[in-house]
Amino acid sequence: MTKMNMLQAINQALTLEMERNERMLVFGEDVGHFGGVFRATSGLQDKFGKERCFNTPLTEQGIAGFANGLASNGMTPVAEIQFADYIFPAFDQIVNEAAKFRFRSGNQFNVGGLTIRTPYGGGIAGGHYHSQSPEAYFTQVAGLKVVVPRNAYQAKGLLLASIRDDNPVVFFEPKRLYRASVNDVPEEDYVLPLGQAEIIQEGTDVTVLAWGAQVEVIEKAAQMAKDEGISCELIDLRTLAPWDIETVAKSVLKTGRLVINHEAPLTGGFAGEIAATIQQECFLYLESPIMRVCGLDTPYPLVHEKEYMPDAFKTFETIKASVNY
Amino acid sequence: MSQTNFSQSVVHRAAFLDRDSLNIPILKILQADGTTYDKAVLPQVDEALSQRIFDACAFTRVLDERMLAAQRQGRISFYMTCTGEEAAVIGSAAALDDGDVILAQYREHASLRYRGFTTQQFMDQLFSNEQDLGKGRQMPIHYGIHELNFQTISSPLATQIPQASGVGYSLKMQGKPNVAICYFGEGAASEGDFHAGLNMASVHKVPVIFFCRNNGYAISTPTEEQYAGNGIASRGLGYGMHTIRVDGNDMLAVLAATQQARAYAVKNSAPVLIEAMTYRLGAHSSSDDPSGYRSKDEEAKWQQHDPVKRFKLWLVNQGWLTEEQEQALYSQYRDEVLAAVKVAEKVAAPAIDLLIEDVYDQPTPRLKRQLEELKQHIAKYPKAYPKTAGRL
Repeated sequence: MTKMNMLQAINQALTLEMERNERMLVFGEDVGHFGGVFRATSGLQDKFGKERCFNTPLTEQGIAGFANGLASNGMTPVAEIQFADYIFPAFDQIVNEAAKFRFRSGNQFNVGGLTIRTPYGGGIAGGHYHSQSPEAYFTQVAGLKVVVPRNAYQAKGLLLASIRDDNPVVFFEPKRLYRASVNDVPEEDYVLPLGQAEIIQEGTDVTVLAWGAQVEVIEKAAQMAKDEGISCELIDLRTLAPWDIETVAKSVLKTGRLVINHEAPLTGGFAGEIAATIQQECFLYLESPIMRVCGLDTPYPLVHEKEYMPDAFKTFETIKASVNY
Repeated sequence: MSQTNFSQSVVHRAAFLDRDSLNIPILKILQADGTTYDKAVLPQVDEALSQRIFDACAFTRVLDERMLAAQRQGRISFYMTCTGEEAAVIGSAAALDDGDVILAQYREHASLRYRGFTTQQFMDQLFSNEQDLGKGRQMPIHYGIHELNFQTISSPLATQIPQASGVGYSLKMQGKPNVAICYFGEGAASEGDFHAGLNMASVHKVPVIFFCRNNGYAISTPTEEQYAGNGIASRGLGYGMHTIRVDGNDMLAVLAATQQARAYAVKNSAPVLIEAMTYRLGAHSSSDDPSGYRSKDEEAKWQQHDPVKRFKLWLVNQGWLTEEQEQALYSQYRDEVLAAVKVAEKVAAPAIDLLIEDVYDQPTPRLKRQLEELKQHIAKYPKAYPKTAGRL
């Protein structure tokens, strides 16, 4: 075990896999010699050469299209989109191409080797275009996996699993935690399973669910609730597509209440999908309406960032509302 | 180090360049009567290669004629012909190695035939039956076959262009002496993916041939409404790419250009752009009627430049084909296509269970549940789902 932050954990995952798999390539804007604007790819070009770790021209659709081509011919591309806010030019290549490659060809061709890493989320004074959480645009796309880690340990294990998974994965990294999240991470190779939620705290009164940087927020809110005698069961969803319905449903069958938290705007956010599914699975066991604590239905604001964010206070209030319903 | 000053000469009074500053020549080898131009440098071509090329031409003509008719009769849902562009497509395919990977737009099935796709394989895809390699999931003409290195076609235009750059880069990394070839029309070249793909291939020194079929129209839109520059070829130079413009109705010119492009791309690990000037003699698709946007006179003029006829005359001049042999070939393919249609339309649709396969490498629990619910529903209302009700 070594103390490391999320960037170091991601860098170590990339290094380990490039050593193990000579067909793996890492590329994107500024990821080469410079090592990425967040330094996630630091040292990779020196170690593995310019052919395996390189800068691309500044074109997100080009990066995604190039990556699809590589993966379709047996390579393992790990492409970086500098900010998740800039993934939209690549949306067509991801949604119409990567996600459908295997299905449309009758499994003659696939891009299972593809992983797209991208920093997402707010809390860093990033305004409109350095703060977005676009995961719900991708969770509706059949054929894609969507993964979000919450800390350094999770990031390394989930990224290694994503790169090795035989399906295209969009891997969202909570940039607010890149350097803030420091925890014990094994130096050796390990994977954490995709498609499995993790119960990070057992409880009896209400299930509270989040992913990525917001897990820290629900932990704080749960502590506040505990002081008022409310026992929260906390779940980190980890994989949003395909998501672990069973673990969430089992928890709600026990607690009878569910609060879902995400940074992205409320309307059309992934919490809606979870709420609809869980009310169907657990209808007779629910003791209060499923509640959502989310970003507002506005573009991500600069000066009112604190007000916009579904923080611990808002979550605490919602937990109380759920329990006292 | 960053290099920003390319200019070889300096002026001290503002001097602008325009599109005509680029005088891009067009390669022509074969004349309308089937003789070659006096000073023409012929491609590497012998009798066997010529006959294989003509064979693919004849098959494609027959397939297009018969299947367009089949669409009109409602036997298949959709069709697109290659008519008028056979020289561009087959001439380029004939310059390739079998290990070269083809990424097509949709009007290049003649290259697939040249590679060896069987008549029955064409028909199974067109009829979306359970023998279709694509399991009946995509519209007709969206062919693909792994063993022939022909990547499956998709409808979104130009998406295959940056993908071809990635495929070419993978061939280079794998140490293979091969190229990717990427076909697209002049309309698709207006998509952002064209820019992305060509720039990335040039910057990363990728062995890939970008082959543009400039056939004058993107559905109803003529090239004057598609671009204002010097065609597509001028853009290749802007990306620092080896570029050539050829007469796309001249089989020998296309063959010569592609043979040299391939040799250059493999040797130098670098991309090449070929712009083949041709004409879409048929409608855009079975859903289109060109009489709404172009004249019969214009079409008649281009009939005079029929690429298959021109190549045939050359073969006759070479003593490699007779009129009788040609007629026999067309007749043989008419019978073969008709027979394959009769087989394909009797083959069942793919089983409903295939609907949830290949979405991911393994069906998810939720997909399995959706399939189970669907099957129970079909069993309850069998008359509403005649394709699958009898086979649950």
